[in-house]
Amino acid sequence: MSKSDAIPQFKGKSDSPGDVGITNMSALTSGPGIKSAREVLAIVLVAVIVVGGMELLLDFFEVPQYVLPKPSEIVVALVSDFPLIAPHLGHTLVELFGGFAIGATVGLILAAVITQFPFAEKIVTPYILLLVTTPMLALVPLLILRFGFGYEPRIIAVALASGPMVMINAATGFRRVDQGKIALARSYGASTLQIFWKIRAPMALPMIFVGLMVGSIFGLLTAVGAEMVGGGFGLGNRLTSYSSMILMPQFFAVVMILSMLGILIYVFFFLLGKKYASWEA
Amino acid sequence: MLAGQSKKPKLEVLNATKVYNTRSGDLLAIDRCSLEIMEGEIVSIVGPSGCGKTTLLWSMSGLHGLSAGEVLLDGAPVSGPNADISMVFQDANLLPWRNLAANINFPFEIKGVKPDWIWIDELLNRVGLEGFGGRFPGELSGGMQQRAALVRALSFKPSVLLMDEPFGALDSFTREEMNRLVEEIWLDTKTTIVLITHSIEEAIFLSDRVVVMSPRPGRVASIHPVPFARPRSMEIMATKEVFDLTNAIKQEIVGTQVSRYPNPATSEDQPTQVTG
Repeated sequence: MSKSDAIPQFKGKSDSPGDVGITNMSALTSGPGIKSAREVLAIVLVAVIVVGGMELLLDFFEVPQYVLPKPSEIVVALVSDFPLIAPHLGHTLVELFGGFAIGATVGLILAAVITQFPFAEKIVTPYILLLVTTPMLALVPLLILRFGFGYEPRIIAVALASGPMVMINAATGFRRVDQGKIALARSYGASTLQIFWKIRAPMALPMIFVGLMVGSIFGLLTAVGAEMVGGGFGLGNRLTSYSSMILMPQFFAVVMILSMLGILIYVFFFLLGKKYASWEA
Repeated sequence: MLAGQSKKPKLEVLNATKVYNTRSGDLLAIDRCSLEIMEGEIVSIVGPSGCGKTTLLWSMSGLHGLSAGEVLLDGAPVSGPNADISMVFQDANLLPWRNLAANINFPFEIKGVKPDWIWIDELLNRVGLEGFGGRFPGELSGGMQQRAALVRALSFKPSVLLMDEPFGALDSFTREEMNRLVEEIWLDTKTTIVLITHSIEEAIFLSDRVVVMSPRPGRVASIHPVPFARPRSMEIMATKEVFDLTNAIKQEIVGTQVSRYPNPATSEDQPTQVTG
């Protein structure tokens, strides 16, 4: 009954939104909403001016293609070379999903377990911080030495990059205990497991989504970086290959695919957060 | 005179003593508190800040143990959370990620029993929240949230309702409304109610007896019967008897508090130690 002897203390609301972690869901969910047709028109107009202006300026100053290709050339390359790039996109996605699945799973479990034991948390935190702050790309040459030029070193690097990100954010979420809500559950006779699934986990959910988002973006960066280091496939490999052949339209086509991938990941977790964690915004 | 009160004790607190082990040493929160609450009675506990009211109530609920003494419910010792006892907390304490219906279903989910939706609908009607089942707590006013919390607390028909300063965060009009609501519900259910409050008016309006606690270490200093028949109207609050009773209780609390004023430890409501 050691837990039950804790001094009841729940005067203030501990679930104040907006002050958790480096990134938070409120920044994610409070994005500007598009209101009217006029706004849409303005947005499209600006985009047309920016892209069109770039096209015209590059044409006017006769900037060579190997310095900066025109937007039109990039789009042409994207369409015509897509069949060539697509398999590499597939490889990158395999590395990203594989590594992220492993990293996120381990990170989530570790966060859930470690936050239950404050002492263990104190011991583990420095190592997690080390993993978060060290660029996992630094390990890729070593991993290649050990595992060769296949998927393995890349998947491991992605897992190592995304896992700690997921863990550190999820742990912040799991640490936000509201003693009042736990007391409520206990007053109905809830078990430790019930308290975890019905109070702690839902309270942590918004931060878990933030962790998954940041982790997957970090995973993408690491996957592409690892592909640049070595091996014969993947979008990162295409980047080094196209730039060495001075195929700049193709190079930028790959960059565009990568940005779209990043945006897709962001939007996916944004929508997920909106659906399941909107109560906090 | 004590309306609706039978002679059987529902809750008995026997020499309840609670010591907190804080970083700055042991802290005696309540010291040999004894109290008998009859079946169907409404008892309020008032006292200066930090006198251990909440500690006493939490001990009654079985949410935390006592260092010495015991709490009996229907003659049997309370050793942990009990299906017959329901708590209403300081803030409404609704789960913000669940809508009202899911919030009210929460105790049943934990207990693994089927909710009696006919009874719950009746309660929701009574508190004026019919049709609000799909709303989320964030969409409701403080008063509505606390009413929903009241429905949740009564949803599984507990025989004892423990209320820990339930309306402290509400404005005075909403508070009066809530007080009338509690009395109305009590008239229906005759649930035994123990209420902690900072408002002497609220205590007098609602209770059969008002228990005054001394400053820390909390002891039962005095017990004042409130001899008014129910249903009471707010008009009784303007009578001389209530006026005198209010003053007497206020005097008692303020008097004891003033004598202890130089001690800063009594000016905080709870010891500021966080465990876990």
